[in-house]
Amino acid sequence: MTAETVVGAIGARAEFRTCQYTGLKVDAAAQALIKAHAVAAVIFLAVGGLMGLLVALTRWPAVHLLPAEWFYLVLTGHGANVLLFWIIFFEIAVLYFASAILLNSRLAAPKFAWLGFVLMVVGAIMTNVAVLQGDSSVMFTSYPPMQAKPHFYLGLVLFAVGALIGCAIFFATLVIAKEERTYEGSIPLVTFGALTAAIIAVFTIASGAIILIPTWLWSLGLISDIDPLMYKVVWWAMGHSSQQINVSAHVSLWYLIAALLVGAKPLSEKVSRTAFFMYILFLQLASAHHLLAEPGLDASWKIVNTSYMMYLAVLGSMVHGLTVPGAIEAAQRRNGFNRGAFEWLRKAPWGHPAFAGMFLSLVFFGFIGGISGVVLGTEQLNVLMHNTIYVPGHFHGTVVAGTTLAFMAATYLVLPLVFQREIIWPKLAKIQPYLFGIGAAGISLFMMGAGTLGVARRHWDVTFSDANLSFAYSAGAFLMMGLNGIFAVIAALGGLVFVLVVVGTVLFGEKIKSGHKLTFPLHSGGTAAASHYGSEVHPKLPGTIILVTIFFVCFVLYYFINWKYLSELWLFR
Amino acid sequence: MAVTPPERRVWWNAPIERVELVWIVIAFLWGVFMFGFMIAWHFIGQQNLSKEAYRIAPSAYEEKVENFAKKFQVREEQGIPVVKPQPGGDVYLLARLWQWWPILELEQGVSYRIHLSSLDWMHGFSLQPTNINISVYPGLEHIISLTPTQSGEFGIVCNEFCGIGHHTMTGKIYVTEKKRAEADRRLVEGGRP
Repeated sequence: MTAETVVGAIGARAEFRTCQYTGLKVDAAAQALIKAHAVAAVIFLAVGGLMGLLVALTRWPAVHLLPAEWFYLVLTGHGANVLLFWIIFFEIAVLYFASAILLNSRLAAPKFAWLGFVLMVVGAIMTNVAVLQGDSSVMFTSYPPMQAKPHFYLGLVLFAVGALIGCAIFFATLVIAKEERTYEGSIPLVTFGALTAAIIAVFTIASGAIILIPTWLWSLGLISDIDPLMYKVVWWAMGHSSQQINVSAHVSLWYLIAALLVGAKPLSEKVSRTAFFMYILFLQLASAHHLLAEPGLDASWKIVNTSYMMYLAVLGSMVHGLTVPGAIEAAQRRNGFNRGAFEWLRKAPWGHPAFAGMFLSLVFFGFIGGISGVVLGTEQLNVLMHNTIYVPGHFHGTVVAGTTLAFMAATYLVLPLVFQREIIWPKLAKIQPYLFGIGAAGISLFMMGAGTLGVARRHWDVTFSDANLSFAYSAGAFLMMGLNGIFAVIAALGGLVFVLVVVGTVLFGEKIKSGHKLTFPLHSGGTAAASHYGSEVHPKLPGTIILVTIFFVCFVLYYFINWKYLSELWLFR
Repeated sequence: MAVTPPERRVWWNAPIERVELVWIVIAFLWGVFMFGFMIAWHFIGQQNLSKEAYRIAPSAYEEKVENFAKKFQVREEQGIPVVKPQPGGDVYLLARLWQWWPILELEQGVSYRIHLSSLDWMHGFSLQPTNINISVYPGLEHIISLTPTQSGEFGIVCNEFCGIGHHTMTGKIYVTEKKRAEADRRLVEGGRP
């Protein structure tokens, strides 16, 4: 059976252009789809980001911007728009790029791909309408017995079906590329990482369908009852595991950006690929992270699942934490920056927004999102922070400072290479990753701080002014929430600059013609991709070893500090 | 490069770099340690969440809590009974839109069997400033053996979003100091004929 019969009789007469910077063959259909998904992603980022700013300004005690009803409405919309719509639109673009473009292949069934795109857009708009109508302020997690309007759930289901079509197109493109021999040997590491993301996406979306379809029927009155604990177990098989799509996708982008900007090769293909493979095997267990403070679940079940079976998925991320900076160090040393332990890092292209964003994303994801995630997901320690604002602190470290920053960084390559437009306002673009990164890291840290002091998440009023029985958080908690507000403003400015640069470039950027010199150039090795095949040979990596040691010391210290906190609590068993 | 196919067609038996291997071993052992430490805490630690839970109809739970409150009520505050259960006894606390009911008065250093359940939606039991956070479900009665180690006035906040009044949902636990609690008890016992 040929690929043609598998994906339907779609003509093989695709149009290609050859990229003057990378030498890659670019399928016109894939290019158009990547553009559409990227534009949709940025629109939902703008909407969701604005909602996020409103949330942070309301939680800033001195500002307390929105009334309660609006706060809960906007918070629901913020979650759906940025955590789901922005990220998954961008991820589908990454999938099309990593398959059709990197493999020099045509995209499978572009018409179906457009159908998927339309479903995603319709679904995303439908859910947004439901939220803005005001009867569906159930938060992104929509735990029953709290009920939203039927079109809230239906929108999410349609969006998921669209995304599933995107994954299918990706798999079919891999089949076509293999069959038409558009590449030799194994698929590139970046494509392998994207494949990991797509496989995780399939069972994630399946979990979402398993729980959201009955919940939708329940909201229509066709099913009488949804068990809240069962809902939570299955919903989080989508909710948490979908974050692992992000991890796989943004780690792939780290490798991609390192390859294009400094000419980095993986230290060892085997190690990096096995690390990705760990994600597929173990990340699905993460649903348990949200069930550690629930009644009736056995400790052994919690321990095995919350640790991804002895932290084997964490091991995957820790390996990438060495191999990504290690690959950059090895490449930079080959580029001639060989003095001392850190010349390679000092002389890295920090003025290139793609590199700056990528490296900040790597550091913040590891130090903030990664460490806090393991601590939060430890069976007993969870009781210290469950449902406090520590939780959003943690996942803003992973999803905002990690994933979103990496996606923004990749966008600075997408604009010249896919949209073929020169980035306007390069000076603004240069500072954007720093502005957004520092803001995102700040909100993560200060929310974690406030959560350690007990502040509840998803809560309109830390002063409890309308409560029958009064209660007051410590002054430190108020300070943390204020600082969170300030850094949210910085992050929002970074987000605004990003949206302006992207929209400005897409609409008014200078069209790139043959022979044009890029404002933010690629590594010179990029043009002769073929001569840069393969792995590094016996590199010396003193700088990376120092960085990884610092990371490990922070990790161990922070882990035990939290056990110390726990041991001082009231006794319970 | 990471964007091109591996140089060697057979890349999977290329040797692993030493620095990578060392890090993999360290990271793996650390993972095994963290895994083992969660198990160990069940033996060496004093803070492990109980799994004891029963299915119960919200109305049945409400009745239990009301009987409990009637039996042990010592005074009233803001229209809510303050309940002082027997040391070591069963304590019932319910969550509903939007309050924790009733107010409890416990003794420091004494273990109680605390029952938690919700009458309507999900709620989050968040004891402050101690910072103990546990999910509370409708239809599930969760039982925790809890021993207060501090004395004073503690707030219960709801930290699971439960609708428009979520931020007004509070409760209270008083913990009397060990010595005073013992003196009070002697007084009561001595006063008996």
